[in-house]
Amino acid sequence: MKEISELNLPADLFYSDDHEWVQRTGETIKIGISDYAQDQMGDIVFVEMPDIGDTFKKGDEFGTLESVKAVSEVFIPLSGEVVTVNAALEDAPELVNEEPYASWIIEIRPTVESEYDELLSRDDYLKLLQG
Amino acid sequence: MRYLPHTKEEIEEMLAVTGHGQLKELFAHIPENCRCQGEIDIPGPLSEWDLTDHFQSLAANNLASSARAVLLGAGSYSHHIPEIVRNLMSRSEFLTAYTPYQPEMAQGTLQGIFEYQTLTTRLLGMEVANGSMYDGASALAEALLMALRIARKKHTVAISSAIHPHYRKVVYTYLQAASFKIVELPVGRDGRTDCSGLQNIDDLAAVALQSPNFFGVIEDLETAALKIHAADALFITCFSEPFAYGLLRSPGASGADIVCGEGQSFGMSQSFGGPGLGMFACRKKYQRNLPGRVVGETVDLEGKRGYVLTLATREQHIRREKATSNICSNQGICALTAAAYMASLGSTGLRRVAKLNYDKAAYFKNGLIQTGAKLLFSGQTFNEFVLRFADDFKPARKRLLAKGIVAGIELSDFYKEYEGAYLFCVTETVSRTILDEVIEELRS
Repeated sequence: MKEISELNLPADLFYSDDHEWVQRTGETIKIGISDYAQDQMGDIVFVEMPDIGDTFKKGDEFGTLESVKAVSEVFIPLSGEVVTVNAALEDAPELVNEEPYASWIIEIRPTVESEYDELLSRDDYLKLLQG
Repeated sequence: MRYLPHTKEEIEEMLAVTGHGQLKELFAHIPENCRCQGEIDIPGPLSEWDLTDHFQSLAANNLASSARAVLLGAGSYSHHIPEIVRNLMSRSEFLTAYTPYQPEMAQGTLQGIFEYQTLTTRLLGMEVANGSMYDGASALAEALLMALRIARKKHTVAISSAIHPHYRKVVYTYLQAASFKIVELPVGRDGRTDCSGLQNIDDLAAVALQSPNFFGVIEDLETAALKIHAADALFITCFSEPFAYGLLRSPGASGADIVCGEGQSFGMSQSFGGPGLGMFACRKKYQRNLPGRVVGETVDLEGKRGYVLTLATREQHIRREKATSNICSNQGICALTAAAYMASLGSTGLRRVAKLNYDKAAYFKNGLIQTGAKLLFSGQTFNEFVLRFADDFKPARKRLLAKGIVAGIELSDFYKEYEGAYLFCVTETVSRTILDEVIEELRS
């Protein structure tokens, strides 16, 4: 597994305590898992995604990632409605390991603007990882 | 692989390592009042001769042991078990107290379960089967829970009232405590489940039918599949007599999404009702919601074929309360027995025995109808059927019992509305002489 210093943590993204990343693109946001999360999980073999149109509250489980070691839930860092899911991951779940920041899992339309402020910046997230 | 208790030497060796003088010191942390005090009150030992006598006298109380023929089914079937099956299953490598799953030491067992899964999917026309569950009843309950997991937001299931009453009881036990809603579907005059009301059931995740059902009637699975899928629900079929699929179109080919049922017919003796075998299969797209254990084929580091448990990351010992089900085991020896049985018969043999069941049951049914009995349901049957008699059947049943023939189960024990109707079963084990004798008895 990677050392903290080896992790790729882009500065233009926001992060959550549960190791998801968030990227804002206009009215919608994309959500994926961080380099740290994919590295901890090991080879991902299956991504279970929600249905388009599903709505979640911040902190709800919106899917699962299955690796050769375990099945982990993924939690939504912002409340919102699912606009799209990344269908490419159905056939190629390993993309989450290979390119964690290109491999978004869902795209949502957030419903609570203030929750945006509760996300972590790259530096805050790095501090969290360093403990 | 053997599981033997530890010897006295081994126990002493281990106590020396842990630093305990006596075995009972290991239990010192258990409060005194929770421990067994004194001797357990059971009779003393018997000699081998006395013990054999004792059990033989107990066995003599069972009607079945002295009966010449048993014409009963209702979820437990008398089929011939080829000697090769008994012989294979008595091997100590298979007959252990616990199913060994460790791939490094249990390739034989794992391959056996893998073969069982393959044969099960072929018989049922499905893509994926698990390593088996406890019995038909718990398999049906697990199938309904699986459908509710797949449907996610729905909380209602519909089950046919022609499903084995015991299976339905188990379903209620499993689902009610979890606050799911169960709707029972009525039975039509043909003995088939009436699916016409499905559109009026809200929040419907799945519909379960049994075929052949408890009345022995073969359900019209193709038509049911269309109606159930039109109601946006998953279609579960179950069975208590898998032999029917030696002859009938498979549930998978008929449109079922999940298929489950009891596998006792495949090489297991009736043994006072158990142990059974829960057969369970589904379409590939639902495999990640499949409960229980699954064995997969893989290759080792040297490229040699090998077998391991697969999808285990979704099981309870890893995923705790989020596991797909609380079943982390299977009916190892029973699944192996079924595999050996299916392999011994092959698809041709299975078809021939199934045909014998069908033919003998049809012969008996027609013979009884000629004595004045009437079919309760008009639907097609396999090896079971329900009849009503012009006169009370009880005296005839008693006379037959005296002759060592156990004929018919009173349906009102399970369905109050069918007073006076009896459920019969004929398998390949019953000779024509016996069937003629029963028909003759009723004619007189």
